[in-house]
Amino acid sequence: MSNHEHTANMKAYTTGFALSIILTIIPIILVLNHLLSKTALVVSILLAAVLQFVVQLFFFMHIRDGEGPRYNVMALILGIIFVVTIVAGAIWIMSFNSQVQ
Amino acid sequence: MQNSHFFVTGDPMIYGADVSIALVSVAIIFYLTYFKKWGWLWREWITTVDHKKIGIMYLISALLMLFRGGVDAILMRIQLAVPNSHFLASEHYNEIFTTHGTIMILFMAMPFMFALFNIVVPLQIGARDVAYPFLNSVSFWLFFLGAMLFNISFVVGGSPNAGWLSYPPLSENDFSPGPGQNFWIWGIQISGIGSLMTGINFVVTILKMRTPTMRLRDMPLFSWSVLSSSIAILGVFPILTVTLVMLTIDRLLGGHFFTMTAGGNPMMWVNLIWMWGHPEVYIVVLPAFGVYSEVVATFSRKRIFGYSSMVFSMIAISVVSYYTWVHHFFTMGAGANVNIVFAICTMIIAIPTGVKVFNWLFTMYRGRIRITQPMLWVMAFVPCFLVGGATGVMLAAAPADYQYHNSYFLIAHFHQVLIGGVVFGYIAGMYYWFPKIFGFKLNERLGKWGFWLWQIGFYVCFMPQYALGFMGMTRRIYTYNDSMGWDMGWAPLNYISTIGAFLMGIGFIFQVWQILYSIKHGERDVTGDIWDGRTLEWSIPSPAPAYNFAILPVVKGRDAWWYQKEEMQKGNVHKEAVKYEPIHMPNNTGIPFIMSVFWFIAGFGFTFEWMWMGIAGLIGVALTLFARSFQYNTDHYIPVEEIEKTEKARKNYGSVHRTAN
Amino acid sequence: MQQSISAHVSDHTQGHEDQEGIKLLGFWIFLVTDCLLFATFFAAYAVLHTHTNGGFTASEFNVPNFIIETFILLISSFTSGIAVLNMHKGNKKGLTQWLIVTAVLGAVFVGLEVKEFMDMAAEGATLSQSAFLTSFFSLVGAHGLHVSFGIFWMIGILVQLSRRGITPVTKRKISMVSLYWHFLDAVWIFIFSVVYLMGVM
Repeated sequence: MSNHEHTANMKAYTTGFALSIILTIIPIILVLNHLLSKTALVVSILLAAVLQFVVQLFFFMHIRDGEGPRYNVMALILGIIFVVTIVAGAIWIMSFNSQVQ
Repeated sequence: MQNSHFFVTGDPMIYGADVSIALVSVAIIFYLTYFKKWGWLWREWITTVDHKKIGIMYLISALLMLFRGGVDAILMRIQLAVPNSHFLASEHYNEIFTTHGTIMILFMAMPFMFALFNIVVPLQIGARDVAYPFLNSVSFWLFFLGAMLFNISFVVGGSPNAGWLSYPPLSENDFSPGPGQNFWIWGIQISGIGSLMTGINFVVTILKMRTPTMRLRDMPLFSWSVLSSSIAILGVFPILTVTLVMLTIDRLLGGHFFTMTAGGNPMMWVNLIWMWGHPEVYIVVLPAFGVYSEVVATFSRKRIFGYSSMVFSMIAISVVSYYTWVHHFFTMGAGANVNIVFAICTMIIAIPTGVKVFNWLFTMYRGRIRITQPMLWVMAFVPCFLVGGATGVMLAAAPADYQYHNSYFLIAHFHQVLIGGVVFGYIAGMYYWFPKIFGFKLNERLGKWGFWLWQIGFYVCFMPQYALGFMGMTRRIYTYNDSMGWDMGWAPLNYISTIGAFLMGIGFIFQVWQILYSIKHGERDVTGDIWDGRTLEWSIPSPAPAYNFAILPVVKGRDAWWYQKEEMQKGNVHKEAVKYEPIHMPNNTGIPFIMSVFWFIAGFGFTFEWMWMGIAGLIGVALTLFARSFQYNTDHYIPVEEIEKTEKARKNYGSVHRTAN
Repeated sequence: MQQSISAHVSDHTQGHEDQEGIKLLGFWIFLVTDCLLFATFFAAYAVLHTHTNGGFTASEFNVPNFIIETFILLISSFTSGIAVLNMHKGNKKGLTQWLIVTAVLGAVFVGLEVKEFMDMAAEGATLSQSAFLTSFFSLVGAHGLHVSFGIFWMIGILVQLSRRGITPVTKRKISMVSLYWHFLDAVWIFIFSVVYLMGVM
């Protein structure tokens, strides 16, 4: 988080940018050409999204920067756990919804 | 909106309240003008960024709100004391239970908790302020104006009446039109944003602002409890914000999140609001656990038993509390699998809580216990919370819950954990740290009267309600007929319960009297260490100077001050000539107050669905944010001469002071 | 009795060495809570997206429009990164230019989104038509409001930058706004994948 040892350089940004573009184009092609079955498609879209998120974390947001306890990483991990809980929990709990609709 | 509907009319009690509110306001304005206190109020309080003063303002607000919520409770108990009562109309009763619940949790427990955060944490960890003093002030004013917005619903526009969590579809436009429900949304929304900021503030304060020699594993348990509570705040308050936004979209823009038509799903609200609502009760109880840990160690004159298990159990509670929310709606019909998982998680969370109870008991075991006021409340807490916890485990059994759900059994349970756990803890904390903030102790004799009235009143009030729950009385009914009252036996138990409520009310009056009496007659704290404490806040004068610590304290382990005192007694400490350095402090600023006033204007506008006013308020908020961003001269240094002057005036503090034992 | 900060420029002042770092950590934590905010909107969307009330469905989204939006936001995330690189080099001119490029791309993104919303509304697909559309407009609209806020924030910082140059304070502010911008792009990845791609697949 502080000003020591930046992983920020042009190379990192360009790599991240290129990977992001690739990871955006892959699911677009898959979807527009109906290349996979429904479940496989959903999984690949989510996988591409998660990978792109990771790429941006490392190449754009420089999650590895800083020294001492990595409170930012801890906060992020806890946040991801909460995000998954909110979304997956809501879907699971409200799944009775499809039966009463 | 017509003018005739703007003011609440009809009930003579409301006119009476209107008159008394007007009189009090006039009296306050007269006092401030006559004694030329406006400037003082602005400079010393409204613009302050000092965590100690902000803590005091939180404390005063919390006590005021405790009064308002308590009056609501008494009115409800009067209504229910006898069958076929016509003391309150059904509509009025609905409004009162709604405001009672909302005020007690959001505008009493939360600010009381933040009062303790602000007053204690920086002093306990050897910091000179919180991480973001400006944000701290914003948080307070957002809370305060949010609470005011909620409370004015009493005289203008009408009170909300859909329950403290306002389940749709009842809280939607079709069933609750008009400003009442909007007051609920915006009052909570505005103060909730403040709570989220406080959460961020204290997480960073504890992680980053500790005196450099204090390791996390040497940190006092109250600060640990604040950390775990703040983490839970960060995890759930965004959900509250969004859930309220969704209801606003439904009501203001014609959306269909929770409506019965166009595919909306009211149960989604229940799901989301409890995702916030359940961790919320752990948020308020965790700092109370922290208070118990401090008080019990100090007055048993022992190190806390099982420090590591205490820390671990608090962190476990703050995370596991995230996985129990469905137990509030087992009866929704989400299916056996869902209910089983959440029932088990609910029971699991009782384990770390049980661990803590044993730790407190073992701390007292073979301790040299001094029965002081804070200690009294701790000792009353243990059995009370135990019963509350046990009934909680009963409610957690999903199949059985179909029987208890929404009955008075539930009412008795959550009052037992919230009063016995949270309120007792905060009151203990208030008594414990009162000398630190104000420089004098609260009178013991009046306090004991208050204590016993509260205790007796509590059991007289709530034990009958467990029975009433089993006898079929459901929550939120505003009256019951003769056959229920006498043949089914509801009336005598309700009557007894009402007596208990009055006893607690009288107990509160004793406490107010106690505070007023002690301002003049309370025992003065001249040493800064009136309880013979163990942690750093007792190593500085009472009240603490603006910069808290002239020299940042050196911490060698847990209970730093206690061991420092031992060293001093042994004569191992050589007084070296201290060399002060200028202390960096934030400037006072009026922006937080002005920004919060704009939030209030926005909330008021949206409440009455005057979009121009709401949007104007939000623009004002944006402008104040910009104004702050362009402010660069935001800090100052306290020069060395001034520190020396202040410290010399406090020669006494730090001298070894031991009460006879 | 107050002295100004400038009297103590090089002073170490115990416990306050890393004020800007502390602010950055707080902002990071705020962003994590902002993730939860979006997660809640996502949860509502996930539960309600089939509740179309016989109207507009997710398969009818304008495909070229959302693909262009996605790339514009991705490019702007990249340009905000270049701005930060210029900042570290102390190149005020490059920093200013790339920040302006970022803000303009952001404005184009918001413009496309507004156009999409207007087109949908013209077809009768408004927020009050179905639970699906309520949750869609809320989720995507919340993101759009964040982007709009970010644009105004950038303008404010650009003004400060032109007045004061690259100082520790403006540096911290630029790091914050760029972090915020990357974060918004990250959120958009999920909106793009979950809402749009899964909608039209």
